[in-house]
Order: sequence, then structure tokens, then C-alpha cells
Amino acid sequence: MGELKLMKGNEALAEAMIRAGCDAYFGYPITPQSEVLEYLSKDATKRTGMVVLQAESEIAAINMIYGAAGCGRRVMTTSSSPGISLMQEGLSYIAGAELPCLLANVVRGGPGLGTIQPSQADYFQACKGGGHGDYKLIVLAPSSVQEMVDFVKLGFELAEKYRNPAMILTDGAIGQMMEKVVLFDQIERKKEFPEWATIGKKEGKERNYITSLHIQPDKMEEINIRLQNKYKEMQEKEVRYQAINLDDADYIFTGYGLAARISMKAMEIARDNGYKVGLIRPITLFPFPTKIYNEISKKLKGILDIEMNAGQMVEDVRLAVNGQTRVEFFGRMGGMIPSPEEIYEQFIKIFIEGEKNDRKD
Amino acid sequence: MIEKTNINILEELDHNNIHHPEICIEDNIVWKKPSTLIDTPMHYCPGCGHSTAHKIFMEVVEEMGIQNEIIGVAPVGCSVFAYHYMDVDMQEAAHGRACAVATGIKRVMPDKYVFTYQGDGDLAAIGTGETIHAANRGEKILVIFINNGIYGMTSGQMAPTTLPGMVSTTSPYGRDVNTMGYPLKISELIAHLPGVAYVTRQSVHKPANVTKTKKALKKALEYQKQGLGFCLVEIVSNCPSNWKMTPLESNRFVEEQMIPFYPLGDIKVPEGK
Repeated sequence: MGELKLMKGNEALAEAMIRAGCDAYFGYPITPQSEVLEYLSKDATKRTGMVVLQAESEIAAINMIYGAAGCGRRVMTTSSSPGISLMQEGLSYIAGAELPCLLANVVRGGPGLGTIQPSQADYFQACKGGGHGDYKLIVLAPSSVQEMVDFVKLGFELAEKYRNPAMILTDGAIGQMMEKVVLFDQIERKKEFPEWATIGKKEGKERNYITSLHIQPDKMEEINIRLQNKYKEMQEKEVRYQAINLDDADYIFTGYGLAARISMKAMEIARDNGYKVGLIRPITLFPFPTKIYNEISKKLKGILDIEMNAGQMVEDVRLAVNGQTRVEFFGRMGGMIPSPEEIYEQFIKIFIEGEKNDRKD
Repeated sequence: MIEKTNINILEELDHNNIHHPEICIEDNIVWKKPSTLIDTPMHYCPGCGHSTAHKIFMEVVEEMGIQNEIIGVAPVGCSVFAYHYMDVDMQEAAHGRACAVATGIKRVMPDKYVFTYQGDGDLAAIGTGETIHAANRGEKILVIFINNGIYGMTSGQMAPTTLPGMVSTTSPYGRDVNTMGYPLKISELIAHLPGVAYVTRQSVHKPANVTKTKKALKKALEYQKQGLGFCLVEIVSNCPSNWKMTPLESNRFVEEQMIPFYPLGDIKVPEGK
């Protein structure tokens, strides 16, 4: 077992980055994730020799990531919603050039400058593109400080396996709260470079170049087909989710990250009151765990999707369920966090009282 | 689509019955393509300075023997395909972001030579922030800055470097400095930053200037090797197609209009150099 510590989410993520053998971090301060850069600035370079650089903007940071990732190095950046918006151009180029890298979005409420309080309003941006062109990020959604640590390692592994950018989609609450975490042991930074990396032309070999530009449409379509095949492979092999109490469930609560964690408590309240409620928590938001929703929904009376936004993931749940059961949504927005009691009340109001009313009609 | 061709000049001469083996010997070669330049037709317009700039830079890379030690960044603009011509490892950056990409490369590959090759729109408009901050951090990179006072790739719009009164498709009555602002002299702007080691402005419109520019490029790479700081070589160039001139007229315009506004010579040299 690794080292046990009490840590803040953002700092745990930074510590995990150092331990995962990250070669370079480029970032820009923004609340509520500035602790990441601060933590790394202390002694990350001394410990592993990794590069830590404060960029002049998120636009510069993501392009530094592009450059360093193109050299086959393990690289990461972090930001929060408005900063991640600025990175979308760079992300599209990174996805197009098929460079592996890891990002974390410690989401805050929007739109615009919004609020510094936690939110899940960036689901669409993370999972449906964000930048231009048909591309996908691998999106991991932690619901605890422990997962902030674990998903750094997993995120790097998946990004490198598929030569694709990966994102940890978390929020201001998980970034700021303290919990106990088990830290994995230090992984040595890689010494070898992948074949495709631009590290200086190898003697007797063709030069390497990194680009997302393919001016001929037939070639560009070919690249797009290859990307889509890669995303399909991710959908087949990399789906991760947590399912609780599905066996006897009449109803399912679903949500990701913090909303799922709160919904877990709401599920317990519902069970204490005699309602058979289960829970599905997608861990990979892309690839989305479509199959489990589709399979389970036939025997359900309903699904309540809980998010800290106006209803984003619920669209993917509805597509997965495909009309086989009733899917309702409850959300809080703008940095407000729903309480377990509030979720339970909504469940009663929508499903239990709703059904009674339906019978009266 | 540019097809890769392999033109063997000697074979062609032979084919035309003008093969003189006694003349065609190594000692008599006055011009040849450097081995570091890929043998393929370039997409640049006839008379454009880009091809000259590519060639002399690749000659420098060949002469210094650093083909395996250098990583380049191509911009968005006419030279977007620089990596199809320069036979070195390269990355294609988003518009304006070359200095940030080069920073990422240099920071993880500090022992390699790193350069960007950028036009005026890329470097001095959309990428001004990245350029100034990379310069200010003293990133040990070489920036080759082609200034032809116009957006070439998008066919002739006003650039930050377009001269006052100069006609472009978006300043069809000439650049009016009252409403469109003044040309940005980026070399002078960054020269006073302490992180900047070497800034020079050169041109490729006449043979003597080509030689000077080549020397400047070599010096800049040597300074990078010595870890002196950020180096920028501005090359005042032409754009016959979008200036609506013949190649000769465009070179005359460089001489008579561009250079008086953008005077040639070293703007900053490292101490003691």
C-alpha cells in the first residue's frame, strides 16, 4: 500500500502528476485550481527534474503542451472553465495531430466569468468537442480526492495508449476539499522516446513532422476515419463506471463526479424510506457507458439524472435508454450544490407523487 | 498536390546534348541545393523571398552539421508547408502560436536547436503575445521572421507591417494610419527586453543581402548554442503576387519603400560580440 495522506484535491492531483513521472507542466493561474501550479512550483523540478512553467496565458500553455507532447514527453496542464475555453483551439490541434497529453478542468460556474463556485456546466464542452472539427477527448470524472490521484495515472496511460488528449473533468469542490488519499509510489520519468516524436531527425531515417494540416480532402477524410475508428475502439475497450444496488432497483439515480457522490447519500435516504433505488456513476464520460443504461432500463420504473448544470449528461442517458423507461432531470446551476435531501425530495415529487397523481387522472 | 520529383540536372543536360563532363565537376559547382532541403518543387510564387530564405537557412543547418540536432516550428501563412521542404524534424503550430510551441519543445529538449519560421501576420498580429513573452522569458530559440508587409496566404489583406499608404485588399485606398494604426516594428519592440540576445533585420532581395542574412542566421544559432537567449532574425521580403508586381518590381519596392521604413542591420547584439 502506498503512502496515506490528508490532502486537498488540487494538491493531491499535483502530487500525483509528479509521481506519475510527468515531464512537463505548463499552466496559468485561475481559481479554483491555482494550487496545482503553486504546489508544483515548490519542489517538483528538484524531485524529478520535470519542467514547471507559468505561461503568459492558457492559449500559450496549451501550445507549449503541443510542443512538448510532440517531443513524446509526458505532459499536463490544468485550468478552470474560462481558461479551458481559451485552450479549445489548441486542443483541437492536439487531437488532430494525435498527441497524447492530460488536462484537468476544475470546473466553476458559468457562462462568462461566472462564479468561482463548483459546477458541472462544462460537460458538453468536454464530451462533445469544444473546439472545431470531429474529435473526442478521453474524459475521466473523479468523485473523490482519491480519484483525483488515481485518474492522473490512468489519464496518462490512456492518452499515450491512444495518442489522444485526455481530460480529468472535476469541479471546484473536489479541487478544494480535503480527504485522505493513498498515493502511489514514484514512477520514473521515461527515458525512451516514441518513434513519431520530433526530437531531431534520426541518422538515416525520414524526418518526423507533427501536423494537423491535410489540405487534400481525400487525405483529410482518411485521417478523420482513422480518428473515428480510434474513438470506436475506446468505446469498446475503455468504458468505466460504478454501479450500486442495481439488482433489485426499481429506480436509478445517475450523475457523475460530485453530483453522483451526493446522489449516493440520497439513494441511502430513499432506501431507508423503502424505495428500491440504485445508482450508476459514469467514470469515463467519453467513452460513455451507454450499454449499462440500455440493459438496465427495461426493468426500471424511472431514472433520475442529477447534475450541477441545466441538464447535459442527461442527453446521453436518454440516448442510451432509448425510450425504454422514464428519464427525469434535477439540477442546480451557477455554483449551487444540491443536498441529498433535496435530491430525495425531487425523487418523491417527480416519481412517487407523480405516479399517484397519474393514477388519479 | 505537390508531387515529389527528382530532377537530376546533369541528366537533363545530357538529354539536351549539352553534357560537358569536363566542366561538370565538383570543383566548378557555384550553386547547389543543400542536402538538408528536400528535393521537391516549392509551392511559393515565382520571385518570392521564402524560397531563398528556406534555402540559405538549410545551407546553414548543413554547414553546421546540425540536421539531427534541430527541431523547427512552421507557422500558419504562406510557409505553412515549410516542413515539406526543410529536411529536419518539425511541428506545425496553430496560427500565431509558434513561439509557445517552440517554448514547449525547447524546455523538454534543452540540448537541441529550436527555431520557428513565421510571417508577419502570424508573429506580429495574432501571435504578438506569444512572441513577446517568449522573448521576455529569454527562451533559447531562434525566430526567423519574414516581413513582407502583407497577408500572402489569404491573398493580400493588410498586415500589422503594411506600410502607411500601402494598398492591400483590406486597405484598398492605402493604409490610413488614423483608422488602421501604424506598422508594428516588432524587432525594435523586443530588442530592449533583457531576455533577448540578438535581433537583426536583413533582406534577401539582392545577392549581397542574401549572404548577410545567411551569416546572421548562423550567428543566431551559435548564440543559441551558447545559451545567450532569444534570437530573432527579421527578413524583409517581397510578395510579387499580392503586391501585384513582377518579381523585379517587387524587389525594387523592397529597396525603395520597405527598407527605408524597416532599416537593415543589427538592432541588438550580445555583449562582447
